[in-house]
Amino acid sequence: MKPTTAKKPAAEVLKDDSMLKQKAMMAAHYERLSSAPETGAKVCSTFVPGNLNELIMCFDLVNNLPEVNAIQSGLRKQSGGYIMEAERAGHSEDVCTYVKSDIGMMMKGNIGPNGKELPKPDVLLLSYTGCFTFLKWFELLREQYKCPTIFMQTPYMADGKITKNMIDYMVKQFKEDVIPTLEQVSGVKFDIDRLRQYLAESAKAEDDLVHVLQSAKNKPSPIDAYFGGIYYIGPIFGAFRGTEDATEYYKFLREEVDQRVKLGLGPVTPDGPMAEEKYRLVVEGPPNYTSFRQFWKMFYEEGATVVASSYTKVGGTYDLGFRHDPSKPLESLAEYCLNVYTNRSLPMRIEMLSNYINEYEADGLLINSIKSCNSFSAGQLLIMREVEKRTGKPAAFIETDLVDPRYFSAANVKNRLESYFQMVEQKRSGKGIAA
Amino acid sequence: MTEKTVSEIVSRCEALYEDLYFNAAREWKAAKPGRKVIGFMPLYVPRELIHAAGMLPLGIMGGGDNLEVIHGDAYYQSYICRIPRSTIELGVSGRLDFVDGMLFPSICDVIRNLSGMWKMLFPDVYSKYFDVPQTYRDEIGGEFYTNEMREFLHDLEGIAGRKITDDDIRASIAVYNENRRAIAELYALRQSQPWNAPASEAYLVLRAGLVLPVEEHTQLVRDYVAAASAEQRPVKDNSRVVLTGMFCEQPPLNLIKSLELSGCYVVNDDFVLVSRWLMDDVPTEGDPVHNLSQAFLHRSMSTAAKYEPNEAEKGQFLVRQVRDANAEGVIFASTSFCDPALLDRPMMQNVLKAADVPFIAFKYAENSGQMQPIREQAGTFVDSIKLWSAA
Ligand code: SF4
Ligand code: SF4
Repeated sequence: MKPTTAKKPAAEVLKDDSMLKQKAMMAAHYERLSSAPETGAKVCSTFVPGNLNELIMCFDLVNNLPEVNAIQSGLRKQSGGYIMEAERAGHSEDVCTYVKSDIGMMMKGNIGPNGKELPKPDVLLLSYTGCFTFLKWFELLREQYKCPTIFMQTPYMADGKITKNMIDYMVKQFKEDVIPTLEQVSGVKFDIDRLRQYLAESAKAEDDLVHVLQSAKNKPSPIDAYFGGIYYIGPIFGAFRGTEDATEYYKFLREEVDQRVKLGLGPVTPDGPMAEEKYRLVVEGPPNYTSFRQFWKMFYEEGATVVASSYTKVGGTYDLGFRHDPSKPLESLAEYCLNVYTNRSLPMRIEMLSNYINEYEADGLLINSIKSCNSFSAGQLLIMREVEKRTGKPAAFIETDLVDPRYFSAANVKNRLESYFQMVEQKRSGKGIAA
Repeated sequence: MTEKTVSEIVSRCEALYEDLYFNAAREWKAAKPGRKVIGFMPLYVPRELIHAAGMLPLGIMGGGDNLEVIHGDAYYQSYICRIPRSTIELGVSGRLDFVDGMLFPSICDVIRNLSGMWKMLFPDVYSKYFDVPQTYRDEIGGEFYTNEMREFLHDLEGIAGRKITDDDIRASIAVYNENRRAIAELYALRQSQPWNAPASEAYLVLRAGLVLPVEEHTQLVRDYVAAASAEQRPVKDNSRVVLTGMFCEQPPLNLIKSLELSGCYVVNDDFVLVSRWLMDDVPTEGDPVHNLSQAFLHRSMSTAAKYEPNEAEKGQFLVRQVRDANAEGVIFASTSFCDPALLDRPMMQNVLKAADVPFIAFKYAENSGQMQPIREQAGTFVDSIKLWSAA
């Protein structure tokens, strides 16, 4: 097979301003976290979907995201050991591996990606958005840390709409529960103007992120909206939304991407810029992190670019129009949580994916089904058939796991992908979809 | 009037349980023009509201071990539990074609997503994800829940083509209070004379409540309690256990029988929780929707699918069940791939360890066939309980 990436050393890639900036931001963040016991900073653990970073910052709390820690453990190939550790301690082999990776990591001394111990949380902000496992996960952490736990429920958008009752319920939870408890834990009084300021900052970064994501409508696409997209969403889905750092990062990123569009360049991969775009895909489902580079390589080696993905919407569906709005701060936070991808009904997911295929002129849909994750996986086979039916484009299904290396079979995935690309070719040449 | 025998009652319940075409509910519907049936899945829905609309709430608990799943597997990967696929099978095979609406309670991500699949697969049937609060303060979760119930009532009025008054709801609450009392008597009998009311029979009696009109079911439960307490079955040297984890996908009947055969008296459990979810009478005075909400917030059962806001209270519900039923141990029987049950289990086990309550754990699926390992495990457990208590 002919590699379609031009040979350029990876070091050159790292010189991108946005990448350097993100690296520095992440390092500084983990440093803030691990030095919390010395600095006296208080730590709030919370989840990515529906995360309330702007609110957390209002109380000078440092945001710790166990999901991101699990991803980091996956990327650094440590999650496998952590998961086994949790299973030895009595956790079932059947359940979400993010939880087990986190618990195993805790049992092994809670060492973060910077090699230093992560602090105990002072508060668990259980934002229950789009996944029931979150409930159990933080009950499990609460059992260990015995710290205050704030529960914040986001009603499910089952009928494709947000009702007044949903918003009222959430705003009331903010006012009567979340904010008073955060005040108590932090000793900082809540200032709504401070929140407004952060929200305004968020909206700026969100505009630029959307511009970057939608740049994939170009041909060739200057970005990979799944593998690359995961890096792009990092700051805004994590502990940086609402900071000037994030605004700046997305400004840089936007400029870089615009530049690539101008030059007609494809995405940057770990092996350098992609030379030729042969296939444009929409991907549904989270990636595999334990073999992330290997997984990505299977795409770029074949000239396949992901032009849109649902996973990059778990922390917000900005491309569908949502922006944090300082003029109605608490309502806006509520709407944000309600809108995240995993809080959307199956029909909404199907519509979103079908629209992506049409709007980004993709060749088809690829689903990466995650053994661990019922929130994503239950229903994906219907999603696949329905999107295929609506768009007339072929779809394919692969199965891996987020952070459990036992469920990543490179040979299987590669086979599936190769036959999928053949299917796309056949479809293009008018031969129909091979069985 | 001749009294019904235990075996007559149990055979009737067994026939209802095995009937995957739900003929009892079909007949109820056909008996009068305009009657409607609203299906619901585990865990809990306020059946009082459906009843108040003059409709039959029909509990759908998957397909069990008798249903051949032909289409359902095409909808789910192997690592997802069985109840959604067998429920889809019931739907696409036409077994639910008489059902006028389906409710998908907020229990886990699988059922949640199934609610959307149902909308896609059966676009002409009313279907609703029934959201409930996981926060229990009156002015927060209570208000949300009351409004959700009012929205649901509004939908029901649309289907029924008539208004549902507060008096209608109060009357239905009274009828369900009666049912809850009868079921409480059944549990009391199981605790005082477990040899006379085995779990496998009680389970069938409870299951009948999912398909029969509630008034008829209350009578059936009472008949069973009367007949079973009059029996003189041999008392065995069994161990008293609480069985937990079966709140959603159902165990094969054989599994319950196997536990009994291996020496267990199941003196409490989480079978068919909808029928015991509200723990006391719901007041029939005042605002009925508010009353239902209050009962849900403050006097409902605890289970893995529910958030426990108070760390110190975590697991205590189960410990109390053990103490109140004078049980000697707990059996965790969880559905394979069930995140709520399986993630909850280690926490519950820690609480039991601290309370000095022995336990065992295993997994099952609704179509599990091989009972030998479970029987052996339960048998060993019973032996160890006896040894321990003899020591
Ligand atoms: S089940 Fe899925 S969405 Fe939920 S925590 Fe696990 S990986 Fe995340
Ligand atoms: S068995 Fe468990 S995972 Fe499956 S639908 Fe029921 S609660 Fe959800």
